[in-house]
Amino acid sequence: MNNPPDIAQDPAEHEEYAHGVHQHVSRYLIVGAVLLFFTLLTVALSYVDFGGFFSWLFHVHISPKTGGKLNIAVALVVAAFKVSLVGLIFMHLAAEKRLIYRVLIFTGFFVLGLFWLTYLAWYNPITR
Amino acid sequence: MEIPYTISTRPDTGLWNAKIGIWLFLASEVMLFGGLFSAYVFLRLDAGPGEWPHGLLNVPVGTMNTAILIMSSVTVVLAWAALKMRRYRAYWWYMLATILCGVIFLFVKLYYEWPQKFEHYGVFLKPEAREKYEQYLGNHRREEKGLEPRIEISGHLENREALTDPNAKEYEIGLDPVFTDPNNPANDRPHFLYVPPTDKVAKIEKEDVGRIDSFGPWHSAYFASYFTITGLHGAHVLGGVIVFLYMWLPVSKKVYQRNPEHLANRVEVAGLFWHFVDLVWIFVFPLFYLL
Amino acid sequence: MDASTSLPATAGHHDPHAHAEHEHHELGFWRKYIFSTDHKVIGIQYGLCGLIFLFFGFSLMMIMRWQLAYPGEALPVIGKWLPYLFGAGSMPDGKMTPEFYNSLGAMHGTIMIFLGVVPVAFAAFGNFVVPLQIGAPDMTFPKVNAASFWAFAVGGVIMLTSFFVPGGAAKSGWTSYVPLAAIADKGQGFNIIFNGQSLWLIGFVFLITSSLLGAVNFITTIIQLRAKGLTWMRLPFFVWAQFVTAFLLLLAFPPLEAAIVMQLMDRTAATSFFLPAGMVVNGAPLHISGGGSPLLWQHLFWFLGHPEVYVLILPAFGIVAEILANNSRKPLWGYKSLVFSVLVIGFLSFIVWAHHMWLTGMGSTVSAFFQTTTLLISIPSVIILSAFFISLWGGSIRFNVPMLWVTAFLPMFGIGGLTGIPLAFNSADLYLHDTYYVIAHFHYIVAPGTIFGLFAGIYYWFPKATGRMMNEFWGKVHFWPSLICMNVIFLPMFLQGMLGMHRRWYDGGQGWTLAGEHIWGLTGFQWNTPISWAAWIMGLAQIPFIINFFWSIRHGKKADDNPWQATTLEWTAPNRPPHGNFLTPPVAYRGPYEYSLPGREKDFTMQNEPVEPAERSRRAAEPALVH
Repeated sequence: MNNPPDIAQDPAEHEEYAHGVHQHVSRYLIVGAVLLFFTLLTVALSYVDFGGFFSWLFHVHISPKTGGKLNIAVALVVAAFKVSLVGLIFMHLAAEKRLIYRVLIFTGFFVLGLFWLTYLAWYNPITR
Repeated sequence: MEIPYTISTRPDTGLWNAKIGIWLFLASEVMLFGGLFSAYVFLRLDAGPGEWPHGLLNVPVGTMNTAILIMSSVTVVLAWAALKMRRYRAYWWYMLATILCGVIFLFVKLYYEWPQKFEHYGVFLKPEAREKYEQYLGNHRREEKGLEPRIEISGHLENREALTDPNAKEYEIGLDPVFTDPNNPANDRPHFLYVPPTDKVAKIEKEDVGRIDSFGPWHSAYFASYFTITGLHGAHVLGGVIVFLYMWLPVSKKVYQRNPEHLANRVEVAGLFWHFVDLVWIFVFPLFYLL
Repeated sequence: MDASTSLPATAGHHDPHAHAEHEHHELGFWRKYIFSTDHKVIGIQYGLCGLIFLFFGFSLMMIMRWQLAYPGEALPVIGKWLPYLFGAGSMPDGKMTPEFYNSLGAMHGTIMIFLGVVPVAFAAFGNFVVPLQIGAPDMTFPKVNAASFWAFAVGGVIMLTSFFVPGGAAKSGWTSYVPLAAIADKGQGFNIIFNGQSLWLIGFVFLITSSLLGAVNFITTIIQLRAKGLTWMRLPFFVWAQFVTAFLLLLAFPPLEAAIVMQLMDRTAATSFFLPAGMVVNGAPLHISGGGSPLLWQHLFWFLGHPEVYVLILPAFGIVAEILANNSRKPLWGYKSLVFSVLVIGFLSFIVWAHHMWLTGMGSTVSAFFQTTTLLISIPSVIILSAFFISLWGGSIRFNVPMLWVTAFLPMFGIGGLTGIPLAFNSADLYLHDTYYVIAHFHYIVAPGTIFGLFAGIYYWFPKATGRMMNEFWGKVHFWPSLICMNVIFLPMFLQGMLGMHRRWYDGGQGWTLAGEHIWGLTGFQWNTPISWAAWIMGLAQIPFIINFFWSIRHGKKADDNPWQATTLEWTAPNRPPHGNFLTPPVAYRGPYEYSLPGREKDFTMQNEPVEPAERSRRAAEPALVH
């Protein structure tokens, strides 16, 4: 749907296609609302003391530092969800061609490699 | 021979040229912002206790800006859809909305958020002097609780001339609220609403000061990263707004009349760029404003 | 054997411009030759600018070699004039200052790599040849192509300008390591923007932009504009090499661009991305926030830096492949292995970068990871070189000038590649790091490696671009001294390095001076002198090339459309192809290296020659025309 063949020329085919696009408009609006909601959720969750919450839930002591890391993890998970919505729906990735996927998968691998290997080098020095 | 597949798709790939071009460009942008984010990770990991500040950015304003950018992503995809459905008027309005959202985002950043930082000062105390100012720092309690120590006192610098005057012996800081009540557990974590510096003034002697800096990029690795990433992101927003302007002005109507699919494709390509810019901000916002 | 024996569907000799003209109105001089969007014009622009930069960068090295051969002595004749060019601080009384030596070193590296080899190997050859070889009328984004060239030109001008500002050009190595690079060229007498190091950074941003735009163009063009029948596995290896190179540039450059922006911030906005706390410069503590990390710069730099070296070699591999197949009159051996290897090299090159950082105190886990990937990446390189050697076996080899360069490339690259193996080990590199051993290793790959490949390509594709051949005799006069001098220059450097001669120090360091007395039992024998003389002679050996190049444009022997009797599609287009290249879209029916097919009278069959039914039954399972 998102990469139609040369339908621009044929008005009848185009009508059908335009109708298909019209159905997607509501999808865009819903996703937009979801994104706004999750933005507010991200903000709210950042003020929740996950360290304290899990300490209470599991009766273990979680230091403020670890609690901070939990907050980071939660925020990144929510952000990843929002990003996938933008990518899959707004950027039409859900219906995209194989070639684009391949380019993005390699890019994703290399950027994660950059993150992970730089982190590994920081984590594993010869002495501290 | 004309260059093929500028609007129609090549059968085996199913894509037209500019679509591939923009995704390749976006891949390189992923690596660009990836490089900046990896710097963020590295610098934050390397930061000593108390050196990575929290709660210094205005969260409500940042949230509003995030919402504006998300809305602009919605309007741009609706603009594209309108073009696909051959509704030029609707396209025109959606595109205008997108441009306005982008401009508001930039205005808020350039005329409110950033300038505010340059008015706000932080005084870094020498480690041996921190005990003297315990009434503002509350580090005894923080150490007990396993929280990171406070290493700077921040607020509004009442006597700016002290920065350059060698005869001035002290800085007068109109304290940020947290330093007026440092041992209050409610002040352990940043607050949602932004409260400006109070009129309670602390006098800090110059000989106790390691350095004094406004909240500019020179302040800390945190602000260096903040200004660089939001600056580069802002440059991308500006670029997007300029491209959208070009696609909204009457010149675009001529393209639409010659071949509407051509304009639709151009808007789609520019829209993809814009969504990417929104995407980056979705990561930037929590990493700098919330965490 | 000329183009008239190829299919009539492609443009013939006569008046190819006639058809082109009624498609596009005739362009004025500026749009046709200066701000052109035609890939061939842009390719030639890149090529000429790149060659000029190569000679400039080479000249910087020739000046450096004076200091190494005759330390502390005044450079005769030229030494008096250089201060007028480079400022009084460069060579007072014709004697080189250490700062100027450092500038020469840093700019030699930067200019040769980013203004010389990459523009010629990737942008010039790629732009000119790739669309022709895939049967396309131009690149997919011609205006972006022009923008890419002009960004490169602006970047080059900025880099050159940096020589003439107070303090001179960047002098912190081509690697621009912080903290030195962040504090260099600052303070009294220096402008915040117009100083060598900052201009280096700003110029670099333009060069990166140019490469990114070019990469997007190349990849899209190769994917979308291949002629009918030109499947991926029928592509000339040159196109595969350029394809992978484009991906390397696309994905590896941006983190360095981010780092350059950060270093510019460190220099102009007093940030501390790379500056640690407690830094003291010239006895005074720096007023910075600290909290930065010098290692962060190294990671981001080498994340590009390593794929960059593959950017330098892969196009040369491609050129060598074409010329080798053509002049051995045999198909390339192991086409599939070559393609697979070049893809694996592209992939692995992103995860080996820390082998440039063995001395930064990495722990055993991360070190083991990078040593492993580094050794792994040597495998596809060996496969490629071996396939080239094996391709010669049983061939009917013609030693024309392009083939001379290609034949020399093989062992030269072999030496360069094999001498890299000790450097892949953290333990061995502890000794060899930053010595002349490393310089010898990488120069063997780029100098008698890539640059020989580039020369081969120039002699080879010259007739397609100009319609005339370059002179064979003077080509050989260019070749032989270059080959001999290259080896005299770089072979002893391995020994110098192993003896402890330090790179970037304008006198090699005291350890080297002491060792120098005991080399080969010859007290006082200094290898630096013959090396320098070889470098200067090599400079002279390029003069026949320069004259040959410009003279042959007008007066060279006229060439027909396929003077090398080659098989790939660019040779079906007329010499000096018109705008749009082909009158009708070419169609490919066969692979790229159909030399010496059994049962044919000619020893080559062009890609656009249809496969007859009789031939089809002879060939096992050859796929029919596939889009």
